Amino acid sequence: MSTATARQAKPATMAQALQRAMRDAMAEDPAVHVMGEDVGTLGGVFRVTDGLAEEFGEDRCTDTPLAEAGILGTAVGMAMYGLRPVVEMQFDAFAYPAFEQLISHVSRMRNRTRGALPLPITVRVPYGGGIGGVEHHSDSSEAYYIATPGLHVVTPATVEDAYGLLREAIASDDPVVFLEPKRLYWSKADWSPDTPAAVAPIGRAVVRRTGRSATLITYGPSVPVCMEAADAAVSEGWDLEVVDLRSLVPFDDETVCASVRRTGRAVMVHESTGFGGPGGEIAARVTERCFHHLEAPVLRVAGFDIPYPPPMLERHHLPGVDRVLDAVARLQWEAES
Amino acid sequence: MGPYARSHEEVLALKKSSMTVRERPGAAYRPTPPPAWKPRTDPAPLLPDPEPYRVLGTDAAAGADPELLLRLYAELVRGRRYNAQATALTKQGRLAVYPSSTGQEACEVAAALALEQRDWLFPSYRDTLAAVARGLDPVQALTLLRGDWHTGYDPCEHRIAPLSTPLATQLPHAVGLAHAARLKGDDVVALAMVGDGGTSEGDFHEALNFAAVWRAPVVFLVQNNGFAISVPLSKQTAAPSLAHKAVGYGMPGRLVDGNDAAAVHEVLGEAVSRARRGGGPTLVEAVTYRIDAHTNADDATRYRGDSEVEAWREHDPIRLLEAELTGRGLLGEDAVRAAAEAAEAMAARLRERMNAEPALNPMDLFAHVYAEQTGQLREQAAQLRAELEAESAGGAPGAEGDAR
Repeated sequence: MSTATARQAKPATMAQALQRAMRDAMAEDPAVHVMGEDVGTLGGVFRVTDGLAEEFGEDRCTDTPLAEAGILGTAVGMAMYGLRPVVEMQFDAFAYPAFEQLISHVSRMRNRTRGALPLPITVRVPYGGGIGGVEHHSDSSEAYYIATPGLHVVTPATVEDAYGLLREAIASDDPVVFLEPKRLYWSKADWSPDTPAAVAPIGRAVVRRTGRSATLITYGPSVPVCMEAADAAVSEGWDLEVVDLRSLVPFDDETVCASVRRTGRAVMVHESTGFGGPGGEIAARVTERCFHHLEAPVLRVAGFDIPYPPPMLERHHLPGVDRVLDAVARLQWEAES
Repeated sequence: MGPYARSHEEVLALKKSSMTVRERPGAAYRPTPPPAWKPRTDPAPLLPDPEPYRVLGTDAAAGADPELLLRLYAELVRGRRYNAQATALTKQGRLAVYPSSTGQEACEVAAALALEQRDWLFPSYRDTLAAVARGLDPVQALTLLRGDWHTGYDPCEHRIAPLSTPLATQLPHAVGLAHAARLKGDDVVALAMVGDGGTSEGDFHEALNFAAVWRAPVVFLVQNNGFAISVPLSKQTAAPSLAHKAVGYGMPGRLVDGNDAAAVHEVLGEAVSRARRGGGPTLVEAVTYRIDAHTNADDATRYRGDSEVEAWREHDPIRLLEAELTGRGLLGEDAVRAAAEAAEAMAARLRERMNAEPALNPMDLFAHVYAEQTGQLREQAAQLRAELEAESAGGAPGAEGDAR
């Protein structure tokens, strides 16, 4: 209690929590190496690796040449030799050159070698829009990753989860695509880095808000949107439950379906495109498992099926509170009255 | 001044920095306005020889170790027989496909023999012979091509990376592994193999660039066999030679006669030693020829003439070595017979083992996707298990129709 009081929780940003997760992992395990573009001297364009090169040296936090396939490809070799690379892709859309390495090698090395060569690599990808970024800086690329067997795909929505999930990702013996909602990098919460709370293992969703009317299923940057929508819905007479998936792969059917069975209605919310986006898969899973509990079809609120818009128009594209509430309104409430 | 020599100021800057293992010639580089600009490395020492380096049939042959030449000879003969046997197995339906290295045995064998046990080999799909020459069981080496699994051996046990099918994608792995070994203080070298077509891939470029910047102990062996399936080198590159590409990365390029086993072994040996000493990477282009088609499924007559193939047969790696050894009185009839018999015994054993049906367990499909199966995979595994049980209970579909 005394030390806890001395080191009280104070406002920390998600970026700081992520930095701390890497720092603590590097301090605990000399096999952990951070690498990427500008991660060393600069501390990353979002400053998420701030101070790591200074504390651990450039051999542990390395500014690489500007080549994403090379970054991930060399990380594969480093992992083959027993290291635990944490790779930073500078932006979502800059990760695409690394796709061949990710899909043809990272995701299947364990499988193709019958478990002889696991690749404990964490690929950190800042993703999503809402920061006024110009073209190629705001993609929600999670659908590509979740369609690739062999990868874990994780995304935090809170400061506390940012720390806990990244620690879990780095500790995992499987490759993890760690999607960081860049618009939440500067979100703050009272969080004590000296007593980080234990986080459920990768693959467990969490109910962020309990409710009885309907379930909003969401993740990453859309979690705060759904929380706000749930608050606004109270005045409309809806008591919404919000499930933060935290991990798209593995997918927590149990938590999601338990919630939907309680509420009988569900809306899937994400920034990624609707067609071919994660929401379609999740809606199908929920329908297959909860059909007799559903009062209405599972609806999706997603980004439009368009290339990510220019920043001056992105507010029309991103799922916002109103669009979420519109979907909730379409959940066939009249059937009850 | 050698290519990696540093000024006093650069050395001081390096010492002040937090670097512990790597020494990077460019670490202290800062842009300077044009009047003060100078090249960062002297390109002259990096340039390859104007002609492919040769040993056999030249004065350099006198310096070659007879024991090594005899070892190379036995391995080439065994390798040629291995290629023939593997190709034959495709015709019998025992291999799904076989990309032969017939004509390229000198490169395959020399690559394997240039490495120490602690080193790592990164082969492409055409390099099963290199893996076999390194000591891998041929049946394990051929697992990918047989189709019973993707990799038939434990890469860590043999220090042979899985055979890579996507071209050049294994090169950055070799760089990363060599870099990691160096960071750990191990004097391990990685040798990565790629073809002429693979040098056009982006991963080739990125791997060489990373290797040079990190000064990773890695050797890149390009087997320039003239064709990427059907496309000749002239449509692949406008570079003076593939070895010249090294200069752009700041590493030495070596050009060698890829059918001269003694020359390839010597050049690779020097490159491996240089890497082990901390001298950084080397790009070796071995000029050779793919005598067979791309694979058993390819028809080479559609893109090249017999006369070209015949010209290369005159420059056959086994004949070159045989001529040298015979000329020096090192190869008697007994040695020739012994090599042929050993090769034949290997082929017979391979044939016999490949004719046995592999034991497959369909449940393996789910066993190694993740360290721990996800809920989704557990459900799907249960589905397959139920299907298999139903199949074994009711007999395979169509089994009745097959009754004789």
